Amino acid sequence: MKLRRQSFLLGAVLFGALLGGYGCKDKAESPSGGGSGDKPGTKTETTTESKGNSVTGDTIKIGEYGSMTGDNSTFGISTDRGIKLAIEEANAAGGIQGKKIELVSEDDASKAEQAKTVVQKLVSSDKVVAVIGEVASSRSMMAAPICQGAKVPMVSPSSTNPEVTRKGDYIFRVCFTDDFQAVVAAQFAFDQGFKNVAIFTDVKSDYSKAFGELFGKKFKSLGGKIASEPTYQSGDVDFKAQLATIKGSNPDAVLIPGYYTEVGTIARQAREVGVSIPLIGGDGWESDQLVPGAGTALEGCFFTNHYFVHDGTVEPHVQKFLDAFSKAYPGKKPGALDALGYDAARVIIEGLRKAKTLDSVALRDAIADTKDYQGISGKITLDKERNARKEALVLKIAGKEFKPFKTYKPEQVGL
Amino acid sequence: MQEFVQNLIYGVETGAIYALIALGYTMVYGVLRLINFAHGDVYMIGAFVGFFACTQWLPFKDLSQHPEAATLNVLLAIVTLFLAMLICALLGIVIERFAYRPLRNGFRNADAHFWGFVAALPLTAFVGAMTTTKRQGAFLAVGVIVGFALRPAMAYLSKKIKPSSSRLNALITAIGVSLVLENGGINVFGADPKFIPDILPKRQISLLGIEFDSSRVVILIVAAVLMATLRYIVLYTRPGKAMRAISHDIDAAKLMGINTDRVIAFTFALGASLAGAGGFMVAAFTNIKVVPLFGLQPGLKAFVAAVLGGAGNIPGAALGGLIMGVVESLVASKYPQWRDAVAFILLIVILLVRPAGLLGKNTAEKV
Repeated sequence: MKLRRQSFLLGAVLFGALLGGYGCKDKAESPSGGGSGDKPGTKTETTTESKGNSVTGDTIKIGEYGSMTGDNSTFGISTDRGIKLAIEEANAAGGIQGKKIELVSEDDASKAEQAKTVVQKLVSSDKVVAVIGEVASSRSMMAAPICQGAKVPMVSPSSTNPEVTRKGDYIFRVCFTDDFQAVVAAQFAFDQGFKNVAIFTDVKSDYSKAFGELFGKKFKSLGGKIASEPTYQSGDVDFKAQLATIKGSNPDAVLIPGYYTEVGTIARQAREVGVSIPLIGGDGWESDQLVPGAGTALEGCFFTNHYFVHDGTVEPHVQKFLDAFSKAYPGKKPGALDALGYDAARVIIEGLRKAKTLDSVALRDAIADTKDYQGISGKITLDKERNARKEALVLKIAGKEFKPFKTYKPEQVGL
Repeated sequence: MQEFVQNLIYGVETGAIYALIALGYTMVYGVLRLINFAHGDVYMIGAFVGFFACTQWLPFKDLSQHPEAATLNVLLAIVTLFLAMLICALLGIVIERFAYRPLRNGFRNADAHFWGFVAALPLTAFVGAMTTTKRQGAFLAVGVIVGFALRPAMAYLSKKIKPSSSRLNALITAIGVSLVLENGGINVFGADPKFIPDILPKRQISLLGIEFDSSRVVILIVAAVLMATLRYIVLYTRPGKAMRAISHDIDAAKLMGINTDRVIAFTFALGASLAGAGGFMVAAFTNIKVVPLFGLQPGLKAFVAAVLGGAGNIPGAALGGLIMGVVESLVASKYPQWRDAVAFILLIVILLVRPAGLLGKNTAEKV
């Protein structure tokens, strides 16, 4: 068959264009900068001093942004369930000073750029007094400077990258950070008797890279050894070559600090190439899509998480939450993200009750004062860095279900 | 050494899929000198057909709960394979008919009616969004009336629009179709990842210390059978002969009485069905996430494979696919971050050193 050079060149050029487009798409989803040790409050986007938003009219508007669609849609949907439940309960109990709370929800489609856009809309055109979001640290970091600049407190339910709350003094979170989670994972691996661990990180995710690094540091300081450190990129579909490298390095366990979207496939392929040792992960594994993606490949594996509903006896306030949840969402079981969404909303509602005036600046101060608040995912005290100091759970996957396995308090890992 | 052989085997598996997709690129290039960038997205549709067949359309059973259903599932999977091939073949024909053919032949008066309705679509969709669900009949009626009303306008336009022989136009159209399929997929299926459950029996095979899954062997065998069938069709059947004639000289073929439009549609159907089969097999056997951008990366890699083997050359595409798979696998075992880059480095090298591809013949361009 004939061949014409011209069309090839054309093809090559267009193909380059396509590739370029692909790169952009990825960039939009990939984490924003991070890693820099900015002082709180230095990274604001607005130049004019904002006075914050105050409540006007009969309703108090709270904004929510999350990944309701897109790659991590289960994250957004779970969190949203918890938030809505908390707000419905508060309204049923009479609202705040006779005013009802109105939730304005925005979808960021799992894209960092979009998170920025929708949060801008929430603070400037909806004039919300507080913002809840996001799960993924990359997206929280995109939106945080906007909330900081507009003087609207932002409470992240479950972004664990330490950088998130360093974006400014209006940024809070109700979960622990990777500084803690990764150290717990390392301590846990060591306690389980794994002395030689391979780390398999996603180079495209801030969360994964930081987790892997912190884990490695702690694990080595405990006396463990890192067998090998191959990498993958979220979106990859074939991990067998790297897994063969891991197999060749003969570890006792593999740490995969990634998101559920890839972990299932990695686990399947690991079993296929003959890596039958336990895999360890973090809260990025938490999703009801984890097991469908992995089949039976994750049986006997572990991951650190924020919260888990224990079977049997639970504390009364948790039981109350479980009852309300099953009534509101029949047939669903609340996961960690539901609970953290609920807690984030409750912290804001509690703040509104205590705030001297109903505006975002007074609300910030009230939220910052949160102390020993009994949340579903543990007692929440916000420290000077606006992070919650809580215990971490290690869950085991057995019989296609998550089972609580061990608990670590910050003191237990030297923090 | 053992690791090397193991990676070689993984490479052949990946390569077989690249080869299946590359065949579609190369056939279309052979007859039309068009790089059909939408081809990777046809592969994605194959995966989605597989997903819906496995979870909704067909009575598959999850093997981890019903191990006795293995035989039933295998039969259903064969049905699904053909279903995916059929739907993708139809999609290929539709793409050719509505995106590439008007560009090649120009608008014909006879098409005016159809395009009238296409032009009426956004309007009816808008009316539909405005009216309540109770008045769906009304908004359908509006659509039909507008469609008829637009007919003369379209007939007028059809006289104005001349056929375009520009390759650039065709290529840009191909990219447009690709974007429509990807973003349309996000709209229709949602961007959240979907997983095909465990429906096929798998067995771990351990051979001389090399571990692989039986499903990989199935992928290889099915791919080989499909490629052999394709070779038979192209070399020994009348439509195949017509395809080769068109590839040789489309104008002469037309003069000899070959219905070129029909043969081109057939070529698209053939290529698309192979991609569909590949999409389903990958999604079902490896259980990777099925998303609307499922075909983007494999599509680009397969394009490189087609160029590597010699665009327009069918055995070349198969060879190119295998080489790509193996090279990628070997590189990824040592330098995983270079996995994607190496494919495109390969493309640049082949364009510089042997632009006709490994098996392609270099012919002079007539100006």
